[in-house]
Amino acid sequence: MNKSVTNIIALSILWLAAGITVVVLFAVISYVFVNGISQISPAFIFTWPHGVNAEGGVWPTIVSTMYVTVLAMLIVAPIAVLAAVYLAEYAVQGRLVGMIRFAADSLASVPSIVMGLFGLALFVEAAGLRFSMLSAALALSFLMLPIVMRATEEAIRAVPKYIRWGSYGLGATKWQTVSRIVIPAAMPRIITGIILATGRAVGETAVVIYTMGQAINLPITPLDSGRPMTVHLYVLAMEGINLPAAYGTALLLMVLILGFNLGARYFLRRASKRM
Amino acid sequence: MSTDTFSHLSQAADERPDKITVKDLSFHYGDFQALTDINVGISSKAVTAFIGPSGCGKSTFLRCFNRMNDLIPGTRVDGLVTLDDQDIYAPGVDPVDLRRRVGMIFQQPNPFPMSIYDNVAYGPRLHGVKRKAELDEIVERSLERANLWKEVKDILGRNGLSLSGGQQQRLCIARVLAVEPEVMLMDEPCSAIDPTSVQKIEDLMAELTDRITIIIVTHNMQQAARVSEYTAFFLQEVAGEPAVLVEFDRTTNIFTSPKDRRTEDYITGRFG
Ligand SMILES: Nc1ncnc2c1ncn2[C@@H]1O[C@H](COP(=O)(O)OP(=O)(O)O)[C@@H](O)[C@H]1O
Ligand SMILES: [Mg+2]
Repeated sequence: MNKSVTNIIALSILWLAAGITVVVLFAVISYVFVNGISQISPAFIFTWPHGVNAEGGVWPTIVSTMYVTVLAMLIVAPIAVLAAVYLAEYAVQGRLVGMIRFAADSLASVPSIVMGLFGLALFVEAAGLRFSMLSAALALSFLMLPIVMRATEEAIRAVPKYIRWGSYGLGATKWQTVSRIVIPAAMPRIITGIILATGRAVGETAVVIYTMGQAINLPITPLDSGRPMTVHLYVLAMEGINLPAAYGTALLLMVLILGFNLGARYFLRRASKRM
Repeated sequence: MSTDTFSHLSQAADERPDKITVKDLSFHYGDFQALTDINVGISSKAVTAFIGPSGCGKSTFLRCFNRMNDLIPGTRVDGLVTLDDQDIYAPGVDPVDLRRRVGMIFQQPNPFPMSIYDNVAYGPRLHGVKRKAELDEIVERSLERANLWKEVKDILGRNGLSLSGGQQQRLCIARVLAVEPEVMLMDEPCSAIDPTSVQKIEDLMAELTDRITIIIVTHNMQQAARVSEYTAFFLQEVAGEPAVLVEFDRTTNIFTSPKDRRTEDYITGRFG
């Protein structure tokens, strides 16, 4: 076959692949949008569902989702960041660190329904936290931990060696260098990692269904139960109760996650500008 | 510079004590020995240039003076290095304190991703200076000495990375000067920047020698001839073998009447 023909074929295949991706993405988004947009109104967002068909709004589920997500983020961020700083900067690089990294990666690939089951056994039952925001946040944090940890580690490793050397060269100690130069320089990427993990938590269903319960409830304390948007959507759709409200909820959920991803992009762009 | 002026300088310089002395130094990266048998004295308040082909251990040697090599795992220094007659590798010496006295400028300008002001104030803050007025004064004075003040005095809040390469390098010099080092090590500081900044850096080096000792690694022999009073020529003759200090002398002697054939070959451009 002659070269230019091969070239044309290769190019067409690549175009096709890219095209399929765009079409699928567009189809999903527009499907949810078309079906959900008629539902969206201030009343839908800010009022409670009522009646057997869950008419009305989804307010308590939005609050439950935000509540658990913020709580999980507050739990995960400090632990994951400190662990990553230790691994990247202090731990003697060797077998043990390699194993910790492998464990973190494996944790990231545990199916979330398994993590939910684990959360149910450990937090809901053994620890006696029952179905609650706290149980769900803790279980979610297992899911988020490896994401934030790896992002932080990579962010720290991306800080150029010669910038650290500049600090050491001025008589800075290791901790001064890490805390005043390395972490601030890595911060935009760390925040990006946290946001991405948070977006993942917002969309998570399996973990929360086991740990937060399904009761429609406006959570006040961390020990209150609730029903997150994903579970609400699942119940509405699977039991055929109120399909339009399910699409409305799905659309809100997508907008929320899109917001998180845009936020992550914004920070990443700032990061690349600064480095 | 006329011969007359020079001989006058030469006399004065020879009376200066050595700031740094090196005895029988050898250096290893793991199993690879990079330097062997180095003996040299670095004159106080003068500029000493290190020249030699790339890969002959100039940077490695330079980093021995502020123990920067300690940061590279698996390295080993043998022999004696003294600063003001004190062994800097002695057990009681904290490399962190040493590096405050012996500052370093790198080939790649490496400002921190923070404002120009904060870059210069970084060192003094590390060492406990907190008062705004005092910091302001240090920042201004250091930027003056680094020949950068005029260009940045109205944009001190701007990120250091927004400056041009040559300005960034002078910012790094100001950052080092802000901690009042006794010695400044410069590892090819001019190889990645514009000619105007090179000129400014050469000027400031001349001005600084009334208070500090400077060692500069340079690829550019004209630069070595212009800025330095002493020159050391390093050479790794056989790949895989350690490099040696071939010749060390007043810069004029090195460039006009080198004693070693290999030095002559190098400066006349026959290899390297
Ligand atoms: N971090 C390192 N690990 C191992 N070998 C190194 C390292 N840095 C430099 N070397 C080796 O040491 C020798 C001297 O390098 P260097 O001091 O950078 O030379 P120069 O500055 O004269 O170009 C070279 O052979 C180089 O490959
Ligand atoms: Mg070098």
